[in-house]
Amino acid sequence: MHRTRILDHVILLIGVFIMVAPVVVAFMTSTHEAAEIHRNGLSLNWGGHFAETYGTVLTRQGGFTGKITGFNMVMNSMILGLGFAVGKIVLSMLAAYAIVYFRFPLATFFFWVIFTTLLLPLEVRILPSYEVMNMLKLTNTYTGLVVPLLASATGTFYFRQFFKSVPDELLEAARIDGAGPFKFFIDVLVPLSRTMMAAIFIIMFVYGWNQYLWPTLMTTDEGFFTLVRGIKQILLVWVGSQIPDYNEALALAILAMLPPVMVVVIFQRWFVKGLTESDK
Amino acid sequence: MAAETEGLSASRGGAGIGGHRFGALRLFGGKAERGETSAKRVRFTSRCLPYLFLAPQLAIIFIFFYWPSVQAIQSSFYLEDPFGFSSTFVGLSNYTDVLKSVEYRGIARFTAIFTALVTFFALSVGLLLAVKADGVIRGNAAYKTLLIWVYAIAPPVAGLIGMMFFDQHIGPIVEIACWFGWDIKVGLDFGDTAFAMIVVSVWKQIPYNFIFFLSGLQGIPVSVREAAAIDCRSGLRRFWTIILPLLAPTAFFLLIINITYALFDTFGVIDVMVKDKAANNPITLVYKVYMDGFRGNDLGGSSAQSVILMVIVFVLTIFQFRFIERRVHYN
Repeated sequence: MHRTRILDHVILLIGVFIMVAPVVVAFMTSTHEAAEIHRNGLSLNWGGHFAETYGTVLTRQGGFTGKITGFNMVMNSMILGLGFAVGKIVLSMLAAYAIVYFRFPLATFFFWVIFTTLLLPLEVRILPSYEVMNMLKLTNTYTGLVVPLLASATGTFYFRQFFKSVPDELLEAARIDGAGPFKFFIDVLVPLSRTMMAAIFIIMFVYGWNQYLWPTLMTTDEGFFTLVRGIKQILLVWVGSQIPDYNEALALAILAMLPPVMVVVIFQRWFVKGLTESDK
Repeated sequence: MAAETEGLSASRGGAGIGGHRFGALRLFGGKAERGETSAKRVRFTSRCLPYLFLAPQLAIIFIFFYWPSVQAIQSSFYLEDPFGFSSTFVGLSNYTDVLKSVEYRGIARFTAIFTALVTFFALSVGLLLAVKADGVIRGNAAYKTLLIWVYAIAPPVAGLIGMMFFDQHIGPIVEIACWFGWDIKVGLDFGDTAFAMIVVSVWKQIPYNFIFFLSGLQGIPVSVREAAAIDCRSGLRRFWTIILPLLAPTAFFLLIINITYALFDTFGVIDVMVKDKAANNPITLVYKVYMDGFRGNDLGGSSAQSVILMVIVFVLTIFQFRFIERRVHYN
């Protein structure tokens, strides 16, 4: 009995090692100089060039046109992550409210119209989506970066499910008190949904921040690059240089993972709740 | 029947958006949804308010979902010249061209193997860690925190770190493989690149499976566990005969999610690892759609591939629900 316990811990520690070590090594290596990394390989000790490398990465004008710094990319990623999360919550709460709390002729039809969006991932309709963006002149704009990603129904179904679990008595009481649809929504439903909103916000922020394919297509102007989108460019720039800037590439990778990882670690409880328990 | 169709489509919730891989199946497939026909006893009646609330979402869905989707299907029947000046209706010839192509078949085969391996390893490692974490430290958050945070890393970022570990000059994995006489050449050797892609994709997906399996395990009532412990003293047998069947709904949900992850979300990993040299490197079907559409300017062919992919995803879902869900017991 006792022995299996130790074995369990050993297995878990191996698991933790496999999950954590690559990122720790990436971070530690990023504090070394490029030439040193080239000579000694990845390393687990502190290289002492932290401020230098990260400073360079954040402020140096990079890319082919020299228009973008790491800091710009952080801002672009923030716009995408926050814009997507907020947009998703607003759109889906309103739509779910209409579907659950109103009786109207086309309700079922609209429900299915929204529902169908779950059948086709963005990945299989990238080319026509890009053409539509071109027609609407939305390429290389923040609108084009964020809004098309909102065209799916996940959030709506989360909120629909949640609203359905809200007791009917609340609405009855509110109506007796003379509350109209707007008042009920703002004063009762929104405060009730706070935890739900927080959980969805966290998941959506991580999802938005981590977008890759869509920003890759949408933004050809380097001024609009997000960190995750920039990763590919970093790797392309390597080819041809004498000693690849391993340190800077790794520093950008660390920067690109920092905000979503922090969000997940700090708000872990809500994050897991949002992922797994939203059927409650 | 209504409930069944709803559950069916809901699975795509995870898959459908190719990234929102979370609870949608549970939202709809769960018992809460079944048997519930109408939601509220009391509702507002208003002539235009509901439409007003629905309008923003519907507008975005029509412009950015329906319009492009219809276009994809439409242009799969046309042959367009690369500059977009003219297009000719060619019927199904885009489809026959694609399906006859040896290259396409090879990529399809690779995609199938890649998906199977990624799904299998991500699920089994996730399950193993969840079982251990559940048994050893119920309530202790340390392992949990350390094991789930990789979830938040974007696939291309994971790909970049993977590139470093598989780098010819500095990669520790290359060094270790060297001891066993294996000379890993990612980006040059087909098999080695595939190996690296699978390792990175599995690594990235383990936390997700871990979270769901752990919550599934912790949802099993203590009384059931105690009864099981009395009935069956062998831990391994107890797991196979009692715990695993109880986990079946979670496992089924995760199976679908993982297959779609491997099909679609690994795009970032692949794009970083093949370094724009797709010719002699392993790629998946989604990557091929992207290559043909954006690099090759083969609009019709790319659209036909998109439609084929849609059908694959759709058929897969139906198949899984028809044949697997029946054997899964929702308690």
